[in-house]
Amino acid sequence: MMSMYLDFVRIRFLMMLAYRVNYYSGIVIYAINIGAYYFLWKAIFGEAETLQGFTVIQMSTYVAVSWMARAFYFNNLDREISNEIVDGSVAIQIIRPYSYLLVKMMQGFGEGLFRLLLFMIPGMIVVSFIFPLELPTDPMQWIVFFVMIWFSFLINTQLNLLTGLGAFFFENNQGIMSMKRIMVDLLSGVVVPIAFFPGWAISIMNWLPFQAITYLPGSVFTGRIQGADVWNALLVQVAWTVVLIVPILLVWRVARRRLFVQGG
Amino acid sequence: MSRFAFTLGLYRDYLANYIKTKLSYRADFWIEVLSDLLFNGLNLVFIFIVFMHTPSLGGWSEAEVVFVYGYFMLASGIFSTFFSAWNFSERYIVKGEMDRVLTRPAHSLTQVMLENMDPPAMFGALVGLVILISSWMTLGLPFHWYDPLVLIVMVLGSCFIYMGIYTAMSAISFYSDAPTGIGPLIYNIQNYGRYPVEIYNKTIKFLLTWLLPFAFVGVYPASFFLGRLEEWWMPWLTPVVGLVFLTLGVAFWNYGVKRYRGAGS
Repeated sequence: MMSMYLDFVRIRFLMMLAYRVNYYSGIVIYAINIGAYYFLWKAIFGEAETLQGFTVIQMSTYVAVSWMARAFYFNNLDREISNEIVDGSVAIQIIRPYSYLLVKMMQGFGEGLFRLLLFMIPGMIVVSFIFPLELPTDPMQWIVFFVMIWFSFLINTQLNLLTGLGAFFFENNQGIMSMKRIMVDLLSGVVVPIAFFPGWAISIMNWLPFQAITYLPGSVFTGRIQGADVWNALLVQVAWTVVLIVPILLVWRVARRRLFVQGG
Repeated sequence: MSRFAFTLGLYRDYLANYIKTKLSYRADFWIEVLSDLLFNGLNLVFIFIVFMHTPSLGGWSEAEVVFVYGYFMLASGIFSTFFSAWNFSERYIVKGEMDRVLTRPAHSLTQVMLENMDPPAMFGALVGLVILISSWMTLGLPFHWYDPLVLIVMVLGSCFIYMGIYTAMSAISFYSDAPTGIGPLIYNIQNYGRYPVEIYNKTIKFLLTWLLPFAFVGVYPASFFLGRLEEWWMPWLTPVVGLVFLTLGVAFWNYGVKRYRGAGS
């Protein structure tokens, strides 16, 4: 049973390998984005030594690592699911002897794994040559970071599944998908670390799943979260992963009854 | 002149056609408007948050940076209304629609632009104009009778720059049918133009001024109105650079069309 799901990971990995041009230009795009934010933050710091407890070097490390983590957890599963629901091919997939949502997740994981090995790691090496970064020296920090971005992947993918399934209920799912994408980018801390938001916003964001996607792993990597707090951050991620299973299963139950495929 | 009137007539007909299609899917139209505005909203929120922690960005105040962003939204909104052939290679070259376009009398680029009109982007331009005017008032900038005229010239120049660059990008597919992935790349560099060029290092500043002159869709023309005229002629290069890039882009396109042999299917 498990080997079947692993095959989905493998196939998607090979599929990504076949479209290599996207991959090369992807690395450059990430470097461009990291560069843009690097210069912006440098200008924002100006003369200041630290802002909200970030030093300039910590900030550039945070920017680089959060974009690299984004390469791993980012996927277009919401669009894929949405398209399959709209064109009706979801019907064929549902009658197959596997869990549709689990298969989607595995495909997303194959994509993420590809980007982790061929994109994130070489990208991080390239970026660390161009920009001054401060990488953690404690091996434990690295291990915890990789565990945490695994949970980032799970949480982000769960949100993608949830928005993708929205296509069962709305004729045009585009608006919800772009809203989700912008919310993830803004509230997860890729664009601005959460510490920079005004106090009232931080207290709201602490109760949302988005911070668990980028801000928590990024903070562990840059050493802003240390000691016992690291385990708390990990716990928050685990809690959100478990909590998000509930709405997905609920929506999935209701959605399957609503499915009608025109033509085909 | 009659050729110009002919093209203008085509614009009217295509727009009427567009409106008819969209009226039957009204929600789609508003969802597109919403997504577009949300994306711009994200960037504005970034600017607001950043200025909670710093009084200036490379010597530019918050209202000035917002002004530049408003100008950027205005110019890029107008540009995307008339030009959004992002999937040109796939739709026209791989699927062979270019052959259909070439059999018709109007210029091929005009037709491709017409078929990919994106009027929802106009709302982004409107919001940009509102932002521009409101930060104009916040800054207490003087208003001269010629300012609206200058704004029109500058925005046209900026749109020409975009058009030249993206026309050339699309025309690459005439020379090579392999996907190059260069479109999204340029699009991401474009985002650099939204902020004052002073914050970048020399290489990037040079790139944004002369090679991929996205700084002319933002900082340089906006600095005319902001009265930041360390080099007074810099904003006036906007229409010049615009014409140069548009000419180069269209020439590259025309040469590509001549070379084009069809996808063969």
